[in-house]
Amino acid sequence: MCLAVPGKIISIEGDDAVFRRGRVNFGGIVKDVSLAYVPEAKPGDYVVVHVGFALSIVDEEEARKVFEYLREMGELEELTEGAI
Amino acid sequence: MKFIDEYRDAGAAERFRQMIHNITTKEWTLMEVCGGQTHAIVKFGIDELLPEKITLVHGPGCPVCVTPLELIDKAIQIASKPNVIFCSFGDMLRVPGSEKDLLMVKAAGGDVRIVYSPLDAVKIARDNPEKQVVFFAVGFETTAPANAMAVHQARAFGVKNFSILVSHVLVPPAIEAVLSSPECRVQAFLAAGHVCTVMGYTEYEPLAKKYRVPIVVTGFEPLDILQGVFLCVKQLEEGRFEVENQYARSVRKEGNLPAQNLVREVFCIVPRKWRGVGEIPESGLGLTEEYAEFDAESRFEVSGYTAEEPAECISGLVLQGIKKPNECPAFGTRCTPEHPFGATMVSNEGACAAYYRYRRHLAKEKAA
Amino acid sequence: MKAQESFSPVCPIPIAEYPQILLAHGGGGKLMHQLIEKMFVPAFKNSLLGARHDGAVFQTGNARLAFTTDSYVVHPLFFPGGDIGKLAVYGTVNDLAMCGARPLYLSSGFILEEGLETEKLWRIVQSMKQAADLAGVELVTGDTKVVDRGKGDEIFINTAGVGIIEHELIISPREVQPGDAILLSGDLGRHGIAIMAAREGLEFESEIESDCAPLASVILKMIYEGIEVHCLRDLTRGGLASALVEIAEASGWQINIEENQIEVREDVRGACEILGFDPLYLANEGRFIAFVPQAHTEHALEIMKLHPFDSTPAQIGTVSADMTGGVILKSRIGANRIVDMFTGEQLPRIC
Repeated sequence: MCLAVPGKIISIEGDDAVFRRGRVNFGGIVKDVSLAYVPEAKPGDYVVVHVGFALSIVDEEEARKVFEYLREMGELEELTEGAI
Repeated sequence: MKFIDEYRDAGAAERFRQMIHNITTKEWTLMEVCGGQTHAIVKFGIDELLPEKITLVHGPGCPVCVTPLELIDKAIQIASKPNVIFCSFGDMLRVPGSEKDLLMVKAAGGDVRIVYSPLDAVKIARDNPEKQVVFFAVGFETTAPANAMAVHQARAFGVKNFSILVSHVLVPPAIEAVLSSPECRVQAFLAAGHVCTVMGYTEYEPLAKKYRVPIVVTGFEPLDILQGVFLCVKQLEEGRFEVENQYARSVRKEGNLPAQNLVREVFCIVPRKWRGVGEIPESGLGLTEEYAEFDAESRFEVSGYTAEEPAECISGLVLQGIKKPNECPAFGTRCTPEHPFGATMVSNEGACAAYYRYRRHLAKEKAA
Repeated sequence: MKAQESFSPVCPIPIAEYPQILLAHGGGGKLMHQLIEKMFVPAFKNSLLGARHDGAVFQTGNARLAFTTDSYVVHPLFFPGGDIGKLAVYGTVNDLAMCGARPLYLSSGFILEEGLETEKLWRIVQSMKQAADLAGVELVTGDTKVVDRGKGDEIFINTAGVGIIEHELIISPREVQPGDAILLSGDLGRHGIAIMAAREGLEFESEIESDCAPLASVILKMIYEGIEVHCLRDLTRGGLASALVEIAEASGWQINIEENQIEVREDVRGACEILGFDPLYLANEGRFIAFVPQAHTEHALEIMKLHPFDSTPAQIGTVSADMTGGVILKSRIGANRIVDMFTGEQLPRIC
C-alpha cells in the first residue's frame, strides 16, 4: 500500500518530535507534511510521503544504484560477449 | 520530478527488458502484492514487456479490495446516521457493500467527506464538537503509522468526538496464506516497497526460507518493477531463495522504528477476515485496550451480518493469484466498473479494474 | 481452500441502477454519458440531438447556424486565472467554435442565491463583459432568478450561444479518416488543478492558473487558411481521455496516441502524483484537439502556435485503419494500454 511520493523539504517547524512538520515540495506543489516519523530529516532532504506523513528519507546514494546496476550489467555482458 | 522521472526512462526500461529476456530459460510465476504495483504494471504496460515464460499474477495487495463486505456495510450504517461526519480516503467511496456504497450515502444526504490524511479527520472533529466524526481506517502497514498518530493526537488533545472504523491488514500473513494454499503457483514475490519502508523486511526472511521463494522488496516506478522482476528471475534461475531489497532508496532492513513504536502502542494484532479469501489469523490490526474508546464499532451500535458475494465473482481467486481477471467468465461483460461484482473491479487498484481499464483487449483476444 | 467453501450464490442488487443522481453523473465520464444516452437523448429524440456534438448545426434559409448551451456551477466562484463568468462566456464560445462556427451572440441566465454579495455579482458580470469583448461576441439577452438562501450555491449561470458557419466543411467525428493526425493545442490539467487547489487549499510554489481561454479565433484561422479540419473537440470535464474515447467510439476508427507527446507541466504532475490523479482525465478550459489530414499538420501547428493563450501545440497521435473504435496509448516506456472513459469522478486515492 502504496501511493507515497518523494518530495523535497523546504522548511521545518516545531521542536517536539511528534508535532514536527515540514513544507515539502513535490515538483512545484508544496504541502504541509508531518515529520514525526523522520526525526533526523533536515531541509533539503527528500522524503517519501504517504497520506501527509513522511515515512523515510530518500537515500540518494542508493537511488543511484539502480542505474549503476544497469551499467555494471552492461559491462558484464560486453565482457562475456567479448569472451565468446 | 526527482526520484520519479528517472525511474520512467524508456532506455533503461529497455535495458532491463533485455536483461530479463537474456536470463529467462524456464517458466516462472511471480506475484506482486501491492495494488500500487499492479496499477503501475498495467498502466505502463510492463507485463507486455516481459518474456512469455514469465507470468505476473496480482496478489491481495489492495486493502480496499480485501475489506470485508460486513465492514463496508457497517461504514454505510454509521455514515447514514444524522449526527455523523464520515471521513474516508477516496478509494473506499465506490466499493459496494451489500446494497450500496458510500457515494450513494452522500447522495442521499449523508455527510461523507474525502480526506487526504487522517489528521484532517481529527481537525474536522475539533472544528465540529457537536458532531461525531468517524474515520475509515483502511490500509496495510503503510497507513498504520498515520492512523496511529491520528488516534494518539486525538487522545492528547482530548478530542472525544473522534473515532475510527478499523480495517487494517498485514502483508506477511497474506503472503503466507497464498503460499500455503495447495493451488499456489507462485514461485517468487515482489514485496510491497512502502509497506517495507515502515516495517523493514526481516519478517520475510522466515517466509523465504520456509517456502523456498525469492522475495524482492520492490518500488513502484517502472524501473523498480523491472529490476524487481529481474532480481526474482535471477534468483529462480540460480536456485536461490533470499530476501533482497530493490527499493533501498526508501527501505531500510529494520524499517522505520518510530513509526513501528507508535503503531505498537495504538494497535495490536488481531484476526481479520479478508474479502474473497476468508479469515486469516493474526492478519490485522485492532485498537489496544488503552485506545479502545476510539473504536467506532463499539461506539456506534452497528449490527454486522454476514453478507454474501455474488456467485460469479472470483475476486478471491484473483486476489490469491490463482486466476487472472480476464479468465473470469463475467469479466468485462456482466462485471464492469459500473456494474461491479466484487471489490477487485470497483477499487482503482483492484486487479480486475486495472485490467479492465488498460487491458480489455486481452479478454477480446481470448474470446476470439 | 477456505475461501471457496464460504462462497454462496446470492446476487447483489446491481448498483448501476441509480435511484438518486450522484455527483459522478456530472463528472464528464461514463455515468454522465449514460445519463445522456439513456435518459435525455431518447426523451427528446431528434436527428440534431442524435448527432451528439457539442452544438447543434442546422440550415435555416441561406445560413448554416450553430446553437449550443452550457451551465456553470463551479466553486469557488473566483480562482487563479478566472471566475465563473469568464468560464461561462468562453465555454459557450468554444462549443460554437468546435462546430466551426463564428460565435455571434450569447444569452445568459443567472440563478442567484439570496444573500449573494452584490459586489461579487458585479465582479462576475464585469468579467463576462471583458471575456465577451475578447471573444468578439455580444450578450444580447438574459434572465435573472433568485432562490432562497440555502437552495443555490451563490450563483449558477447558464449561457446559450448562436454562431454562423461561413464555410463548407462538415466537422464531426464521422468525418474522421484513417491517417488523420491528432493535434493537441497545449499542456493538460491546469484548470482542473487550479480549481482543486482553490477548493482544497493546495499550495503551489508559483500559482497554477486555469487555462481558461477563447478558442474561436485560432479555429477559424485554421479553417479559413485551408486546413481541412475533420473533427474538433474542446477538452472540458473528463479531460483529453474522454474526448478521444467519445470521438473514437463515434467514428468507429482506432485512435493511437503517444504519452511522450502529451505535455503536462511539472507542477500539475506533482499535484497528480500526490493526489493519485491521471492528467489525461483532468478538466481543461482552453485546450482543444483537432483531427486533420496528415499533410496539413505542419501548417495547422504553425497556426496553433500563434494563438495568444500560451499554447504549445503538438501532434499526439494518429487515426489508424483498425476499426476498433478504441483508444490505445503508447506509454512512456514503450508498451501499450487502452484508454477508457472514467466511470465517475476521479477521486483522490492513497492506494
